[in-house]
Amino acid sequence: MDRSRLERVSPNEWRIDPTGPMRVPAVIFADEALIDGMDDKVAEQISNVASLPGIVEAAYAMPDAHWGYGFPIGGVAAFDAEADGVVCAGGVGFDISCGVRTLLTGLTRADIEPLKLALADSLFRQVPVGVGSKGKLDLTRAEMDAMLQGGARWAVERGYGGTEDLQRVEENGVAAGALADAVSEKAKTRQRQEMGTLGSGNHYLEVQEVVEVADPVAAASFGLRLGEIVVSIHCGSRGLGHQIATDYQREMAIAMPQLGIIVPDLDLACAPIRSELGARYLGAMRAAINCALANRQIITHLTQRVFAHFFPQVKLDLLFDVSHNTCKQEVHRIGGRARDLFVHRKGATRAFGPGHLELPPTLRKVGQPVFIGGSMGTRSAIMAGIGDGEEHAFASACHGAGRQLSRHQALKRWHGRQVVDDLAAAGIIVRSPSSRGVAEEAPGAYKDIGAVVEATHRAGLARKVAMLAPVVCIKG
Amino acid sequence: MTEGQAVQFPHGADIGVRGTGTTRAAAFAQAAAALAAAIVEPEIVSPTEVVSITCAAPDDRLLLYDWLNAVIYEMAVRRMVFGRFEVSLQGQRLEGRAWGEAIDPARHEPAVEPKGATMTGLKVEQARDGTWIAECIVDV
Repeated sequence: MDRSRLERVSPNEWRIDPTGPMRVPAVIFADEALIDGMDDKVAEQISNVASLPGIVEAAYAMPDAHWGYGFPIGGVAAFDAEADGVVCAGGVGFDISCGVRTLLTGLTRADIEPLKLALADSLFRQVPVGVGSKGKLDLTRAEMDAMLQGGARWAVERGYGGTEDLQRVEENGVAAGALADAVSEKAKTRQRQEMGTLGSGNHYLEVQEVVEVADPVAAASFGLRLGEIVVSIHCGSRGLGHQIATDYQREMAIAMPQLGIIVPDLDLACAPIRSELGARYLGAMRAAINCALANRQIITHLTQRVFAHFFPQVKLDLLFDVSHNTCKQEVHRIGGRARDLFVHRKGATRAFGPGHLELPPTLRKVGQPVFIGGSMGTRSAIMAGIGDGEEHAFASACHGAGRQLSRHQALKRWHGRQVVDDLAAAGIIVRSPSSRGVAEEAPGAYKDIGAVVEATHRAGLARKVAMLAPVVCIKG
Repeated sequence: MTEGQAVQFPHGADIGVRGTGTTRAAAFAQAAAALAAAIVEPEIVSPTEVVSITCAAPDDRLLLYDWLNAVIYEMAVRRMVFGRFEVSLQGQRLEGRAWGEAIDPARHEPAVEPKGATMTGLKVEQARDGTWIAECIVDV
């Protein structure tokens, strides 16, 4: 990234002062190496976000930010309805409420090692994965609407997991204000057979080992112990979320001239929060959040069943479930004043600090777990939110390593079979229906997650708790 | 066979698709072919089933957005992969046909699932040499 437009505020924070249509500054959190490696488009896109009506304080880019559409991936912005603020479908993205949940097993690497091939094969058979895969549920219209209103609670009520899971999911497993009626027939049709499916691309189910503990107190509070095994599930709202984004992106783009809104990029198409269209999108988007929460709950159940076969005494407890493509109504203190804001996080994770009342009592002392996904050959991270009264970037943190090579470049450089064999030689078992998909997701296609985590920690967005290394990876 | 070219180009974590041809319709068909090729190599798709797709939009760019999203929708709900497309255009109304077959994961090894066509970089234009270009970034 060309640094000439940037003012360095601190070792891990860079600022772009408002110019032209920008209403607020843009702020990028990154160290020198990360900022130099970022595409100039990140600065352009986050500056465009800073021009949207009703934006509050600043538009933020996380340390893993990369070139997206409309918002950069890793973009955070909050809008105030009282100040004619907007809601932006492109600011949430296509995979609404894509996120990560991590399950504790209490098993050690030694417990897993002799069985990991069979475990990988069984997970690959039981969890539908890849393009065109079908879930075991075929939802009727009434059940679809019940799921869209009920989220993870709906899934638990139908026997997928226990009620104890719900307090370990954002908003206790149900996004309030969901409107099933605001979701199109096409979106519902697209989802009908996709419940309990992982998807493809960068989505995964990983069996991981805790290989480093950076904050022993927080780790103990999260139930993480060095050498123990956890399972992480990364997926979202599947076809339903994709279709809602498509539908509303189009509707907002067409409606903007009548709404008197001008944006520099059509993927920033938006509507006032207090408009009929804005309210309808929020209702549909919250229904998609519920779909994602239900989806991850069902996959959790499938995973628990597989583990129960190999380890009958083991129950997988949910550490936490957090989404990273959302718009959420939250209260934040800005300049000493509490304000009701609509916080867009696109490829960014909510990171509430200790004491936050929305956290379950068991996590309130330490702060919210934040999951940072790596690639199938490198580490993932668990961090914790930091509460200092007025959090950075509306209590947000990064969400992943971020790509450094395009899919096209990765495909030219690696062959899927070779990637699988190399990882197996390193002790990591990969199962995927697509060798081309594996090549596109090769570990070398991703940035160094350690640098992203370090910058996130040093910028005060979240603090390091533990690092996880992959043992088994089920990849779409 | 529709004339023109189907090309993919890099765009961060997503995929750029570009169709070119001597007519607007050919460029639209080739843009869809580039999208389909991001999922599976077209030469291994048997054209055993044809799906008709129609859409209409107020302008060319939105029509391309609608067309590619309609192709994505049909692939998703029918669980099909496509290998060939034909498009005819009358003003801002599109009638398209897509040839393909049901996904066979073992044979097709589909690489990635397209989520939706985005509006960033949407382009429908005619070059000086008369070639039509239809271009879009697709979230995968």
